[in-house]
Amino acid sequence: MTEALGVMAVVAGVAFFLAGSIGLLRLPDLLSRLHALTKADNLGLGLLALGVGLLDGRLLTGVKLFLIWLLVLAGSAVSTHLIARQALRQERG
Amino acid sequence: MEAQLWLLLDSALALLLLALGWACMASPDLRRGVVLFIAFGMVLALVWARLRAPDLALAEAVIGAGLTGALLLSALRDQPDPEATGVAGRDWFGWLVGPATLVLAGVIGWALFYALIHNPTEGQAGAIAQALPQSGVSNPVTAVLLNFRAYDTLLELAVLLCAVLGVLALGPARPAYRPAGPMLGVLLRWLLPLLIVTAGYLLWVGAQAPGGAFQAGSLLAAAAVLLRLGGYPTAGLPGPVARPWLLVAGVAAFLAVGLGTALSGAAFLQYPAGWSGGLILLIEAAATLSIGVTLGLAFFGGRPEPDCPSGNPAKESRPC
Repeated sequence: MTEALGVMAVVAGVAFFLAGSIGLLRLPDLLSRLHALTKADNLGLGLLALGVGLLDGRLLTGVKLFLIWLLVLAGSAVSTHLIARQALRQERG
Repeated sequence: MEAQLWLLLDSALALLLLALGWACMASPDLRRGVVLFIAFGMVLALVWARLRAPDLALAEAVIGAGLTGALLLSALRDQPDPEATGVAGRDWFGWLVGPATLVLAGVIGWALFYALIHNPTEGQAGAIAQALPQSGVSNPVTAVLLNFRAYDTLLELAVLLCAVLGVLALGPARPAYRPAGPMLGVLLRWLLPLLIVTAGYLLWVGAQAPGGAFQAGSLLAAAAVLLRLGGYPTAGLPGPVARPWLLVAGVAAFLAVGLGTALSGAAFLQYPAGWSGGLILLIEAAATLSIGVTLGLAFFGGRPEPDCPSGNPAKESRPC
């Protein structure tokens, strides 16, 4: 049961990563690319961490994975903000 | 079934590594080449992890992809026009590098192949495992680096020291970065304590698990790089009084231990029984600080100005 849930979460996470990558390649401008990339990747990584944590089964691993996910969330939110702000500034000249 | 899946993953990783390496070298745009190089380093870290070399994977992720990537990007900042300085204007030396690298790779590949054919399993692993209980640590990588082959590591630290002397001789550092705004400030306040604690953890855990002075020192340097990028002109590095002491701390601790053992009648760096663990930790702690300051200064690309007020973000992009 737990294993099935874990596999499902991993598969869903990979699907999100795939969607984010397609968005990065196909969307027309920088801001929508950033949007696709971060939304999909943050959720994707969360689902991957959840799935791997369930598959591993140990509480300590789960806590570590959750903390790593939080770190990546904070890092990606800030770096995306910086990229988007720089792009806006360049647009305005 | 499972073995085949792993084989598929490993083949994909190997192909991706080759493709990224080629794309990185062939890219006419330097900035794109640097970004590809960082991606190459991340994939290489995954390959090391798959080869069950987590120490190397950690080092490659932090030093190869992270710090080297930051160094290359900051070097690009000095290029007047990134598009104009591609591979187009190669001289005879540039043309020589490719074939020379190919020959070198061929020789190394042949040596590896030869070793695997003639001695498929043994190597030195057996001897290391046998001597491990006397080494003072239970992580075989640390035992080799800091005990069995401590000479090598001492000389590596000396190479780093020479490199940072070169950096300091380049003259004043590049101009400081502008403060990047409140969002990065908040992230830095979160991240910096975490980086420093993690560096301490990696230093301590290196005795029995993957980690050690090089990984820990690189994390400290990463903290300095982040601070510098966030607009702090001194990046939290020590001032001109403490800096030289911290730069030589690693080599000095190594030499002091070596001379101490030599004077007490043993060979140079032959730790007395029962002391190995403590001496290794002492050397690694000093080396961590040295490596952190060295790699942090490398990101400055020169000598930091002594009169920068520490802790205050630069008001303008001018060098303070």
